[in-house]
Amino acid sequence: MKRYLQVIAAIWWKDVRVELRSKDIFTGMAVFAALALLILNFAFELRVPDKRMVVPGVLWVTVAFASVLGLGRAFISEKDRGSLAGLLLAPVDRSAVYCGKMLANLVFILVVELFVLPLIVLFFNVSLISLPLLLVVALGTIGLAVVGTIFSALTVNTRAREVLLPILLFPIILPVLVSGIRMTIGLLEGDPLSKLGNWLQLLLIFDILYLAIAFLTFDYVVEE
Amino acid sequence: MALIEIEGLEKAFGRHRVLRGVHLAIEAGSSLVLFGPNGAGKTTLLRILATLSRPSAGSVRVAGVEIRANPEGIRRYLGLVAHMPLLYDDLSAWENLRFYARLYGVERPEARIQELLERVGLWPRRKELVRTFSRGMVQRLAIARALVHNPPILLLDEPDTGLDPQAAEMMTTLLREVGGNARTVLMTTHHLERGLALADRVLILAGGRIVFDAEATAVSYSDLRPLYDRYVAGGV
Repeated sequence: MKRYLQVIAAIWWKDVRVELRSKDIFTGMAVFAALALLILNFAFELRVPDKRMVVPGVLWVTVAFASVLGLGRAFISEKDRGSLAGLLLAPVDRSAVYCGKMLANLVFILVVELFVLPLIVLFFNVSLISLPLLLVVALGTIGLAVVGTIFSALTVNTRAREVLLPILLFPIILPVLVSGIRMTIGLLEGDPLSKLGNWLQLLLIFDILYLAIAFLTFDYVVEE
Repeated sequence: MALIEIEGLEKAFGRHRVLRGVHLAIEAGSSLVLFGPNGAGKTTLLRILATLSRPSAGSVRVAGVEIRANPEGIRRYLGLVAHMPLLYDDLSAWENLRFYARLYGVERPEARIQELLERVGLWPRRKELVRTFSRGMVQRLAIARALVHNPPILLLDEPDTGLDPQAAEMMTTLLREVGGNARTVLMTTHHLERGLALADRVLILAGGRIVFDAEATAVSYSDLRPLYDRYVAGGV
């Protein structure tokens, strides 16, 4: 178990270190998110009486689409530089490789969210900084990272991988996004988190279910 | 008993059969060089041995253990130098080896990394990013990476690809040093002279089958060249 955790930590450290140097993933995600928010801000400026009506959708759509950019790079960069084989040669169960990559993706998306949330406050003048809302965003992000990482690995050997990833990812991730949006609506309308228990349970169940499936299938996904 | 035993190994990608019943036994401590034209199945054979690819049929045993039964355990015994260096451009030479040492759970990694970097002549440049290295330096670092956990089996897939003659000569000297009697080496290459210089035993793989197998001392370059050309041209 110790070896398994060491491999997860090593891969996570490596991905974060490489990203801190190259800034390939974060720059793309952050710029995309900022542009999306700017366009959505102008799109809703004239017609929406209360911007709180659109903020949940704006938040989750921006995060989901920005995430796809980063998730796609997770395995494409490994594949293109040929280093994926190096990870798969590690003498541990390959789910450790999945876990390391997934945790790195999770950090990248969370960092982008730290950038997106204040921008939404700025553009839409709606307060999003509350503990229950941050919890909901974190749980939704876990779902995105869990599913996105396995689909990134699945599509990396295909020719139209950049196109295929969102096409495969979004239908699967729909329960996570819907739960996130419904809870964000409720929290912005002043409901306590306890009143949104059903959606919270759904989100947790899908996070756990997807994680279990990804653990079990990763070896088959990456081996020729 | 041979260290590596391959029996009836087959691999197909869809309807395309890459390996068609390979039988091979490799003794511990031997250096075996596999020649063959592009598409002969050399890389596929090495990838199956490295547990990166699943065989369609047949069996591969390392030290008597079927690799599909314990792939994690087998990987500890293997070092692979592939076409690509498996290194990260945005990490330094030291950081790359440190990362792989952590993947393999190497004890006292600092001492091992220093020893390897000195051996491949990159110790003075250990703090520089790999993106600043020449192809020859990258390939030397790739060999150090493959040896970081001191594996008893070293798999080399055309390690001299893309190297200028001087760098290739340096690579040959380095491979001779890291081979030795304690390590079993299986290498693929197109370069017959270089391969012969490193091998105890030479094979030609063509059309997914081993079509030639001889002790390196029993065959000369002038014997091997026409044979190789025939298989490359004939696409056997």
